Amino acid sequence: MDDIYREQIIDHYKNPRNFGSFDGGSDKDLVIVKEANASCGDLFELGVRFKNNKEKAGIEEVRFSGVGCAIATAAMSMVTEKIRKEKLKVRNIEKLRERDMVEMLGIEVSPTRMKCATLPLRALRNVLRKGIAGRQAVGDKL
Amino acid sequence: MFDAKKIRGDFPILKRHVNGKLLAYLDNAATSQKPRQVIESVSDYYSNHNANVHRGIHKLGDEATSLYGEAREVVAEFIGANDSTELVFVRNTTEGINLVAYAWGNENVGEGDVIVLSEMEHHSNIVPWQELAKRVGARLEYVRVERETGELDWVDLKRKLQLKPKLLAVVQVSNFLGTINDVANIVRLATRHAPRAKILIDGAQAVPHMPVNVSLLGVDFYAFSGHKMLGPMGIGGLWVKRKILTAMQPFLTGGGMISEVHKKKTVFADLPDRFDAGTPNVAGARGLRAAVKYLQQMGMKNIFEHEQKLSQLAITRLSNLGFVKIYGPKDSNRRGGLVAFEVKGVHAHDVAQVLDSEGIAVRSGHHCTMPMHTKLNLAATVRASFALYNTEEEVARLVQGLKKVKKVFRI
Repeated sequence: MDDIYREQIIDHYKNPRNFGSFDGGSDKDLVIVKEANASCGDLFELGVRFKNNKEKAGIEEVRFSGVGCAIATAAMSMVTEKIRKEKLKVRNIEKLRERDMVEMLGIEVSPTRMKCATLPLRALRNVLRKGIAGRQAVGDKL
Repeated sequence: MFDAKKIRGDFPILKRHVNGKLLAYLDNAATSQKPRQVIESVSDYYSNHNANVHRGIHKLGDEATSLYGEAREVVAEFIGANDSTELVFVRNTTEGINLVAYAWGNENVGEGDVIVLSEMEHHSNIVPWQELAKRVGARLEYVRVERETGELDWVDLKRKLQLKPKLLAVVQVSNFLGTINDVANIVRLATRHAPRAKILIDGAQAVPHMPVNVSLLGVDFYAFSGHKMLGPMGIGGLWVKRKILTAMQPFLTGGGMISEVHKKKTVFADLPDRFDAGTPNVAGARGLRAAVKYLQQMGMKNIFEHEQKLSQLAITRLSNLGFVKIYGPKDSNRRGGLVAFEVKGVHAHDVAQVLDSEGIAVRSGHHCTMPMHTKLNLAATVRASFALYNTEEEVARLVQGLKKVKKVFRI
């Protein structure tokens, strides 16, 4: 245990990066999903504004809000930070796996806490699926 | 003389170390640990008597049958049944409530009928009624629970009873708030305002911790789990008032619950076999019998007083910490031996993980009472729940553990 609440985890938990919701008003590039570990009491909202450029594959902005444990919150904070800082594209995000989350957190994740560490991955997959579906629908109309 | 420290000697698992520390098991509302006497009774059954019941005419078959029947008598007497045939063995409280929802509910609850629950119910006393309501077109109503005190709103109960429900299903001791609901008063109000309503009590957190007499309570159905009262997992009880049980259709059908089977029709067996389809959990029943004997030897009143003392101590010590918020009744006479709380600014899972590093086992989450958590705007809480073998030293360790949480999370 003493290893899992390392300085970095506590820091991201107490001062989560990219935290806050998008202001009301819908636009076609903004996709917001909810992701929960209901039995634990983790509930997050993840919002991604896609870049409406030709490649249709970039991320303009990413933010999250909600409540969760230190591991889930730090994982959300770190992954959104990585997306922002490394300017990850949709195809890079699609490639993120469980081991990337564990590596990012830099701690040993026990089997019972794995669902906390991977919650952001599930949220990201949903957001991409919805985003791509929505954009294709828009593209079809165009 | 009741001596928790001496009692601990009967529970092999309490000698275990977790993360280098002696286990402090404070998750008894989820499941209790088992004394040597229970473990040995299960082992004795399989080592010396195992055979199927009510079947072979051979020595072991006879022994197994009479051991099973005797276990039913001991457990039935313990909960105050008039007759052991009123006790149906089930896997757990959840199965007991489902049995009522199907076998009684399907026949007796119809379109537009009302079923009254309370907001503090465990999911096991909500979901089976939601499903029944869907099947027959009935409607659920929830009696309000006071936010601050964690008590039933008695005025609202009266109001809901005036809807003339077919069934009122309420927990005796809340597994989240710890509230002890006054069942006698519930029955009194129901008799006055809805005399035809049947009353079901979820006794999962009551039977292990306090004296219970189902006949004196005056209810119609009473369900409980063996594994929360020192017994093995996979055995529990559903008590049904004889008059209702004799009129009920079977829940599961097949072998063991029949007296005659023809190609086109079947004559069901008498009670209690009618509700015992398939090979029963005889070893579990023996283990539950041993658990009951153990509890009786220690005395339910002593156990109740001991656990209340621990929960009162925990409430005082946790409140003094200044960063812990406690839910449920503050009055120890109104609560059983458990305390649910929140550490400000730290998620329940993280609290539990830090406590685990100190060898302290607690529950974190919504404890299968999501509607009550939602009402209190809580995602999750931490719960310490006591049993007869817990000690004041363990409460002190919980307090020390919470100080470590404060340090780790710099609150």
